[in-house]
Amino acid sequence: MPTFRRRPHIGRRAIGTGLLAALALSAGSGPAAAEGLSFLDPQGPVAAAQRDHFYAVILLMLVVVVPVLIFTPLVAWRYRYRNHGARYAPDWKFSWPLEALIWGVPVAVVVVLSVWIWQETHDLDPYAPLAADKSLRVEVIGYDWKWLFVYPDLHIATMGVLGFPSDRSLDIRLTSASVMQSFFIPALGSQIYAMAGMRTKLHLKANRPGTFLGENTQYNGKGFHDQKFRARAMTARGFTDWVKQVRAKGVPLDAKAYDVVRAKGGLTDVRRAVAGGSMPPGTVYFTDVSADLLANVMHQFNGGASSSEVIVSERSPANDTALRSDAGHAASATGEPPAREE
Amino acid sequence: MTLHHLLLGRLDLHALPFWTMIEHPTHETIVNGTITTAAAGLEVLAAIVVIALVTRAGKWRYLWSEWLTSVDHKRIGIMYIALSFVMMSRALIEAALMRTQQAFGLGGGFLSPEHFGELFSTHGTIMIFFMAMPFLTGVINFAMPLQIGTRDVSFPVMNSVSLGLTTAGAMMIVISLALGKFSTGGWSGYPPFTEAAFNAGVGPDYWIWAVTLSSLGTMMSGINFAVTIYKRRAPGMTFMRMPLFTWTALCTAILMIFAMPPLTVATAMLALDRYLDFHFFTNGSGGNMMNYANLFWLFGHPEVYILILPAFGVYSEIFSTFSGKLLYGYTSLVLATMAIAVISFAVWLHHFFTMGQNASVNAAFGIATMLVGIPTGVKIYDWILTMFRGRVRFTVPIVYGLGFMMLFVLGGLSGILLANPTLDYQVHNTLFLVAHFHNMLIPGLLFGMLAAYHYWFPKAFGFRLDERWGMISAVSWIVGFMLAFFPLYVIGAMGFPRRTVAYFDPVYRPWMLIALAGAAVVLVALASLFVQLFVSIRRREALAVPAGDPWDGSNLEWAIAAPAPEYNFSVIPDVSDRNPFMIAKQKGDAYQTPAEFQDITMPKNSPLGMALAVAGGALAFGLVWHIWWLVALSCLGVLVAIVGQGFARDCEKVIPAAEVRRQHEAWLRTVAASRAVPRDLEGEPANTGLAARDRFSQAAE
Ligand code: HEM
Ligand SMILES: [Cu+2]
Ligand SMILES: [Cu+2]
Repeated sequence: MPTFRRRPHIGRRAIGTGLLAALALSAGSGPAAAEGLSFLDPQGPVAAAQRDHFYAVILLMLVVVVPVLIFTPLVAWRYRYRNHGARYAPDWKFSWPLEALIWGVPVAVVVVLSVWIWQETHDLDPYAPLAADKSLRVEVIGYDWKWLFVYPDLHIATMGVLGFPSDRSLDIRLTSASVMQSFFIPALGSQIYAMAGMRTKLHLKANRPGTFLGENTQYNGKGFHDQKFRARAMTARGFTDWVKQVRAKGVPLDAKAYDVVRAKGGLTDVRRAVAGGSMPPGTVYFTDVSADLLANVMHQFNGGASSSEVIVSERSPANDTALRSDAGHAASATGEPPAREE
Repeated sequence: MTLHHLLLGRLDLHALPFWTMIEHPTHETIVNGTITTAAAGLEVLAAIVVIALVTRAGKWRYLWSEWLTSVDHKRIGIMYIALSFVMMSRALIEAALMRTQQAFGLGGGFLSPEHFGELFSTHGTIMIFFMAMPFLTGVINFAMPLQIGTRDVSFPVMNSVSLGLTTAGAMMIVISLALGKFSTGGWSGYPPFTEAAFNAGVGPDYWIWAVTLSSLGTMMSGINFAVTIYKRRAPGMTFMRMPLFTWTALCTAILMIFAMPPLTVATAMLALDRYLDFHFFTNGSGGNMMNYANLFWLFGHPEVYILILPAFGVYSEIFSTFSGKLLYGYTSLVLATMAIAVISFAVWLHHFFTMGQNASVNAAFGIATMLVGIPTGVKIYDWILTMFRGRVRFTVPIVYGLGFMMLFVLGGLSGILLANPTLDYQVHNTLFLVAHFHNMLIPGLLFGMLAAYHYWFPKAFGFRLDERWGMISAVSWIVGFMLAFFPLYVIGAMGFPRRTVAYFDPVYRPWMLIALAGAAVVLVALASLFVQLFVSIRRREALAVPAGDPWDGSNLEWAIAAPAPEYNFSVIPDVSDRNPFMIAKQKGDAYQTPAEFQDITMPKNSPLGMALAVAGGALAFGLVWHIWWLVALSCLGVLVAIVGQGFARDCEKVIPAAEVRRQHEAWLRTVAASRAVPRDLEGEPANTGLAARDRFSQAAE
């Protein structure tokens, strides 16, 4: 498992890392938020917006929280039994002005928050494309206990590293070949579930080249804690070179290789089995990857392809069924018409 | 099918916790096998010791007739709470073990991933279903009928059946430590992970049947409480005269009635998938796990209010009592409680914002979730205003209460953060979430229940609990909680997923060490509770409060002797206001001899609860291990027990009026002999349960 490059000094984005850093330092632990680890040190526009929203909500909530933190001890102490100087009004039990205040303030706070929620949830909807620029399509398939990143337009796939150019946004489709998993790159933005037979979507973008933690957050068995990867944002040139490397060093994703991929096990098991010695540590590269892999994996659970057919590349009617079931997913989760997708 | 399979199903030597380490001795199997074997051994040892002690004392008959078959709501309540303490001890030790593992989990640690998986699953399942639920069910059982002035709940035998089923469920988890392995699917048991395709072993089955038994017991408790409150209030006690704790009990009961069935249905459907190859939640063949998520959280969210509302009721009682003042904003508290109960059914989707539904749906549920925050915030302010211009005594319950308020608002803050779908996309499934719900449950639920335990203990046993050890425990709980969980907010925000056995980035480690220290302090708090009980029993003479009103209380439960007589009230009181006992004391009407005593009819003991506990437990055990003859036999047992109950005729006993008079007069003599103590002597031996009228002395000046 890689460690992530640490930011040498913090404080540039005062509010951003401030809270975490203060906590970290006060606890005497040297390094504060590691770069690429947390949305509190965001590396992409979504995470940055989430961080700002996070602090905004905290600030607003202080309106309700701080009075409790102050008045609870204050009132308890002031009206302690032995303080005979304090007024005692045992029968006092109601006051309209106070009542208006204690209902009014939380209501006001929640009204403001509701407006924010509505806007932010729509603005940062993981299904919504980020910018009009040309995005990079990546299809993510969750196995026990590793992710496979398929680049359908490039006919390559990788494990352990998700490479992409930092000047383009990522247009991610996800499914699971096993139990439910949750795909997450905290420094870039939202997580989203990956479920067998269904397809979810996610859009992310990095601000600049860098390496970020990626993981699964939904427990799926004994290799769960090891299901990490590196998300690597590169320059446009760097990305082109990287794709060349993947093509040069990768092994074809044939039936034999696919059996290794779908077997229970971690990244290291796959690496060993496909003899990925020439590939950089912690990665596996595949070439000759079917552009329909994700659709085929989904279709497997909807009465379609057996696992040996999954790697086959052709647009069959089966694939279309798979695509429909994706709309069905949205419908069953939300009750909205399947029109949302394509 | 071999004879072995016929007799024992899939139960064989591999079920023993030390078998794997004998067969495949590796470093990992030996460490984990030893821990499990030691824990299982401890369990077996404890069982043997208890059996030996009871036998030596010759107390089996006493245990059977006074406790196990009792249908007295007070005894049932006490047994629920005893169960809760036992299960809490186990779950806290497991929590400390998990904390230790994660503190040393950089690059590995000592626990195997499977073992860690079992630990968070048993810990979570126990804490929710076999610690929290029995605790609050016990407290409601004990206090609510006393507060509304009745002699028992509406369905006393069913009450005992509820306890039996809950205990049988708890036993499944207890047994799973010694025989086989528990589920690794967490307290929520999400399929398809818990489907046979991914986990064919006995683990998920143990989980399914433990939870099913508990959910059935709880639903029956809900019915029992609701009917009791609707039907058995003392004359004159209108709804708006009910004590606030009773109000919260009513809301909880209603939530239990409507929220438990979705859980029972969910676990039953999962069982159908696993046993009969249905495909409700499987990956293929038309199954869809999202339906499970919906059903589970349709239960799961109201569940958190089932857990928290009774504690809110307790806090309302103690802030008023220990401030020597009326509760501020009774009506607004009632409305807030009702509002919470209703809204809590409309927010379940916030547990899976990340499942891919569209932004409008997420936003709508996010807003609904925040709406619950409003009445909750109002309650906190109501309690502050209850202390305002009161005379606050810093007793153990108040210390819990103050700790609760200050910590709970922080949990509320993180809750509002999580209610924002946008932010949930970041901290969902991380330790931030774990910190949040512990921040609600420990101060919210557990502190409330422990405060209730201190508050009503004298009414149950006739003597107070030792204050000094109580204070040590309360402070340790508060400090331990903060140390154990505040760090998790930080690592959670740094992307650390929940249920993670080991990690590879040293940045998390310092926080994990602090959390470990917190867990140690929590264990001290737990130990102090037991020491306190022991010390209090030894000092019971000095702590005795036979007159019955140790805290200068205002509701009916304080108007009777301590311990409360079997029939609670010699004569059913007439209620003409809120705080009836306080008003009686003010008017000098308390402690009267009624003009006339009558025979009291009480329900007789019933073995049905025990019978169903044994049969239900055996049924579950048979189902887990596929021992089909046992399944058939115990089904028959259940049937016989229930039908047999229908033939029971002689179900009531009569306590003659003369006996009631005798006990009542004896109590009044005790009261007359007691010295009325002012509140500053509350914690002293002088407090024998008669309160001096100093409450209004200053107001009168
Ligand atoms: C006071 C000391 C406690 C400590 C130190 C503690 C510790 C823990 C730990 C380490 C976990 C696993 C976190 C993870 O997923 O990585 C956990 C999970 C959990 N705890 Fe606690 N806990 C405590 C008390 C409680 C209480 C009082 C309750 C409930 C009333 C509770 C309910 C839960 C639940 C429901 C889970 C989730 C289990 C799952 O992941 O399925 N805990 N706790
Ligand atoms: Cu789905
Ligand atoms: Cu919820």
